[in-house]
Amino acid sequence: MSVTTEQVESRVVETLASFGPDASQITRSATFEELDIDSLDLVELAQVVEEDYGVVLKGEDMKELKTVGDAIDMIVERAG
Amino acid sequence: MPETETETVSARAGGARARGRTGCALVTGASRGIGAAVARALARDGWAVGVNYRSGADAAAGVVSAIEDEGGRALAVAGDVVDPATPDRLFATLEAEFEHPVLALVNNAGVSDDDLTPSMSDAAWDAVIDTDLSAAFRMMRRALRPMMRARCGRIVNVASVVGLRANPGQPNYAAAKAGLIALTKNTAVEVARRGVTVNAVAPGLIETDMTAQLDGDLLARVPARRAGTPEEVAACVRFLVSEEAGYVTGSVLSVDGGLAA
Repeated sequence: MSVTTEQVESRVVETLASFGPDASQITRSATFEELDIDSLDLVELAQVVEEDYGVVLKGEDMKELKTVGDAIDMIVERAG
Repeated sequence: MPETETETVSARAGGARARGRTGCALVTGASRGIGAAVARALARDGWAVGVNYRSGADAAAGVVSAIEDEGGRALAVAGDVVDPATPDRLFATLEAEFEHPVLALVNNAGVSDDDLTPSMSDAAWDAVIDTDLSAAFRMMRRALRPMMRARCGRIVNVASVVGLRANPGQPNYAAAKAGLIALTKNTAVEVARRGVTVNAVAPGLIETDMTAQLDGDLLARVPARRAGTPEEVAACVRFLVSEEAGYVTGSVLSVDGGLAA
C-alpha cells in the first residue's frame, strides 16, 4: 500500500490533536516537547500508524523522533 | 469533565456501556472458583463476557449456560494464558463474536505449586511466575490497545493476600502476586489519563479448589474466622469494573476477612 506524505501528515496531526494540542500548533517543525506530547502519546501514535499503514514503530524508533516532521518522514519512508 | 463521564452503565445485549463506550469483558481462568463468580457478576451488570479456560471445557460451558439462563451473553474461549499467542487470539475471538472491543479485563487465571524456598524446583518457580505474573502482563499489554483508543477501560488483577504479607511455603506464588500488585500500580499510573483504570483485588482464604488442601490452622489466623466465598471476591471485582469506580485506580482491595490488616 502506498500512501502520500499528505495522507500521513493529516493522520498524524489528527491523532496528535486528540492528545491535547491545538491542531494549528502541530506543524512539521514543532517538537513533541513543545506540544507536550509524551511517551504514552507516542505509543498510541505508533498503534494508529500500525493499524492504518502496517508500519511497526518500536520504542527505540520513537525515541529518535523529536519533531512532528520526523515522525511523518519515518512513517512515509517505511510505508513506501 | 468529559460528557462521557456522566453517562450511565446500562445493560444491553451487545455488552455493557462503560463511560459511553460499548465493550465486552474477558475473564481468564473463569471455568470455576473466583473466575466463574466474576464472569457471572459482570454478566449481571450487562457485560457480554468471554469465559476463558485452559482445560475445563465442561465447567466453562456450565458458566456460559448459567449466564445465559440469567439473560446474559457469554462465550467460552479456550486458551492457556501462558502461551504468548493466546492474548491476540482471545481478543480477536471476542471482538468478532460480540462486535465490540474488550473494555474490561479480569486477570484471574492462576496456579500454585508450593514449597519452601530452599527446596523449590526451578520448574515450580517458573510455572507460577509464568502463569500468575507474566501471562497477566501480556494480557494487559494487549488489552490496553483498544482501551487507550477508546479512552476507557477496566483492568482488574486477581492478586492475593500473600502478595501483601508472607506465607511460608509459597515463595513463588507470593513473588508472583506481589509482582502483579506492582505491575497493577505502575500500569495504572501510566494510563490513568486515558480513562483506563487498573486495580487489584487481594483475596485471602477463599473457598475454591485451589485452597481446598490448605492447612486448617490457617482459618484460625483469619480475623473473621471463616473463609470467604468466590462471590464475595466477585462483588469487589464487579465494583472495580463498574462506572462508579472510575476514580479508583492503582489500588489493591483486600478481600480477606481482615487477614492482611
